[in-house]
Amino acid sequence: MNALTGTGTLVRLALRRDRVLLPVWIAVFVLMAVTSASATKGLFPTAESVVQAASVMNGTPALVAVYGRIYDPTSLGALAMLKALGTGAVIVGILSIVLVVRHTRAEEDAGRLELVGSGVVGRWAPLTAALAVVVGADVVLGVLTAVAVAAAGLPVAGSVAFGLAWMSVGVAFACIAAVAVQVVRTARAAIGLSMALLGVVFLLRAAGDTADVAGPRWLSWLSPLGWGQQFRPYAGDRWWVLAITLAFAVVVAAVAYLLVSRRDHGAGVFPERLGPATAAPSLRGPLSLAWRLHRGVLLGWTIGFVTYGLMVGSVADSIGSMMGSAESQEMLLKLGGRDVLTDAVFAAMFGLLAVIASAYGVLTSMRLHTEETAGRANPVLAAAVTRARWAMSHVWVALAGTALLLVSAGLAAGVVHAVQTGDGGQVGRVLVGALVQVPAAWVLTGVVVTLFGVSPRLAAAGWAVLVAFLLLGELGPLLELDQWLMDFSPFAHVPRMPGGTVTAAPLVWLVVVAVALTAAGLTALRRRDVA
Amino acid sequence: MTAAIALSGLRKSFGRTSALDGLDLTVRAGEVHGLLGPNGAGKTTTLRILLGLLRADSGTATVLGGDPWRDIATLHRRLAYVPGDVTLWPNLTGGEVIDLLGRLRGGINTTRKAKLIERFEFDPTKKGRAYSSGNRQKVALISALASDVELLLLDEPTAGLDPLMQAVFEDCVAEIRAEGRTVLLSSHVLAEVEKVCDRVSIIRHGKLVETGSLTELRHLTRTSVEADLVSPPDGVVTLPGVHEAHVSGTHLRCQVDTDQLDPVLRALTGLGVRGLMCRPPTLEELFLRHYEVNR
Ligand SMILES: Nc1ncnc2c1ncn2[C@@H]1O[C@H](COP(=O)(O)OP(=O)(O)O)[C@@H](O)[C@H]1O
Ligand SMILES: [Mg+2]
Repeated sequence: MNALTGTGTLVRLALRRDRVLLPVWIAVFVLMAVTSASATKGLFPTAESVVQAASVMNGTPALVAVYGRIYDPTSLGALAMLKALGTGAVIVGILSIVLVVRHTRAEEDAGRLELVGSGVVGRWAPLTAALAVVVGADVVLGVLTAVAVAAAGLPVAGSVAFGLAWMSVGVAFACIAAVAVQVVRTARAAIGLSMALLGVVFLLRAAGDTADVAGPRWLSWLSPLGWGQQFRPYAGDRWWVLAITLAFAVVVAAVAYLLVSRRDHGAGVFPERLGPATAAPSLRGPLSLAWRLHRGVLLGWTIGFVTYGLMVGSVADSIGSMMGSAESQEMLLKLGGRDVLTDAVFAAMFGLLAVIASAYGVLTSMRLHTEETAGRANPVLAAAVTRARWAMSHVWVALAGTALLLVSAGLAAGVVHAVQTGDGGQVGRVLVGALVQVPAAWVLTGVVVTLFGVSPRLAAAGWAVLVAFLLLGELGPLLELDQWLMDFSPFAHVPRMPGGTVTAAPLVWLVVVAVALTAAGLTALRRRDVA
Repeated sequence: MTAAIALSGLRKSFGRTSALDGLDLTVRAGEVHGLLGPNGAGKTTTLRILLGLLRADSGTATVLGGDPWRDIATLHRRLAYVPGDVTLWPNLTGGEVIDLLGRLRGGINTTRKAKLIERFEFDPTKKGRAYSSGNRQKVALISALASDVELLLLDEPTAGLDPLMQAVFEDCVAEIRAEGRTVLLSSHVLAEVEKVCDRVSIIRHGKLVETGSLTELRHLTRTSVEADLVSPPDGVVTLPGVHEAHVSGTHLRCQVDTDQLDPVLRALTGLGVRGLMCRPPTLEELFLRHYEVNR
């Protein structure tokens, strides 16, 4: 028996487990790429309109920070696929991370890998199988996307570069996750570590792409997300970037294999520390338990949100001056000066942050499902704790955490912006822009609680609902969907702040919806069997 | 004596599998009651209904005078539960979980806890993921045994414990009985139940098949009889209560229902007895008989 024995069996097992998940995800990505490709064509009929739009994009640091740079302002493809390339690559990375962890450390946590490991399975087989499945999925994703986008009418060479870009970002993060699952001891920590790295390389790329010619543009080259951009689809099609990403993947994967050989099953690279023999007096109820379980993750998210807020706050002001031409300056003045544009940047950025904060709410309230299926809800519910109190302990953390994230990002952005403009009043204005997003983000937590109340298996559909809302917001206007359809998304009802006027009604309604969904979930939970 | 637990006609199915099929069960206050049955008999399902985690499809259940589905908050202050399969939070230590579960129940007796930790030779400073399954079971056991509750529901609590720790567990249950508290102990191992229980209920396919004190159950068992006789024992073989008879000449080997022993022995002495050997009944045989019918 060698170290790879049994890999084939494990690959088949993984493919069987993911037989729905993988095709659905791949289909969603291909759809996203095709929609971007075909929808944008109609919006820019003339060559001039393309150039104009591209220079606005490149001239707006906040957009460059989020999506990346357009390397050929005359290329319709580069313009059409900019958002898909930037945002899509991040999601491909996240998906690859989750999949690798799901088939390695999560199995180890659940004790199933031990069962498998005691069979005829080599030491390297589980990792190899997970990488084979995920890398395979990334390759299929890349190929299908390239074909579909080319079929939608964009140049073939650029489409292939685009597919390669997505694929190589996915492969890079699959390998990063492969190392993370060896280093830390739980699936949750492995996902956290990989996501944190993703956040760091995103910031590196954002910093590099927004730097001016004399600045540290090379920062983008330290980031797998940056390499994705450097394929420059439809704007030079630089195939050779593939060599960099492949070299990176091979080196990182080699580290993962080295670590597998060094550590014990179920352990991480670092030895386990001992802890207190008795519980602190504060650890006494379901809420304090939930806080204890979530606080580390919440701290990580808060750091991310503060960082993002600082970044948004520091670039927002530079936008007015970036609008180079005399005419556009004049037009801006008529519209109310550069403040209008700055406010619009804040509103757009907080809109994006609200979706991410609602993802935190989904993740945190989904913990109810994990706790129940792992059998850890059992001992709590067998004690003098009602189901509603147990469920609410996690829901409170989800709701308060969502609000905390948005407030900390709003404060960070507001303070930086106030310092730059020398106007202390900006702190409050910018903070309000983040605050108005809170009720919409809460609705997602309510959705998860409702689903979970009906059946624990349904809770995961909370992600699908979030993605649906996101797609409605991103693609709805492109597809010219009816307003009533787009109004299903809670994010469609958030007043645009700062700069707009706060209307209380939609905010109150969103809170009412979130509360009603939560209450419905708790009622359903009270009626069903608990596993 | 009042009943701590009374179940009658309890039914529960999961989709198309029927887990409980009209189960009746009575546990008297102050007794240690064994719930015996093969794997899949419905023991865990029964306990989870008693905890209000599952809702019975039909039938009635009373726990400590209350409705287990409705009166959760009040009932659960008076009982403690040890699940068959204990999972811990990976980043909490065993000691923290013991305290936390006790506090969630309404309080923990710290001196008793300290003693139990010592008796079970348990290290409370390790993180949840570092414990073996036996040690995870100790966390739930220590927390339950250290609580001042009236009723303990234990689901195969010794499955992962070594023989030494099983003996400690048996001592603890004996002490709890001496304090007048009630214990419902599910198990598929007869020997354990025989050592600690006052009364036993055997369930199979979600139905009660036998219940009673150990002495009463022994009456249901069979005594094995071997006799050397003066004349061939042909008439004896067909007597009621005689099973698995093997006759060779004047030699008889058979199993006799314990409550039919008297008439059978009379018949044997009527034939003239040269030699006689009786082996007393064991519950094991009764138990295995019920298991085998199951197959
Ligand atoms: N959540 C469930 N879903 C489906 N079937 C279940 C579930 N829980 C128990 N069962 C079935 O009910 C029967 C009784 O199970 P259980 O009470 O766990 O038995 P025991 O604890 O005596 O081994 C078994 O056939 C089992 O497969
Ligand atoms: Mg069981």
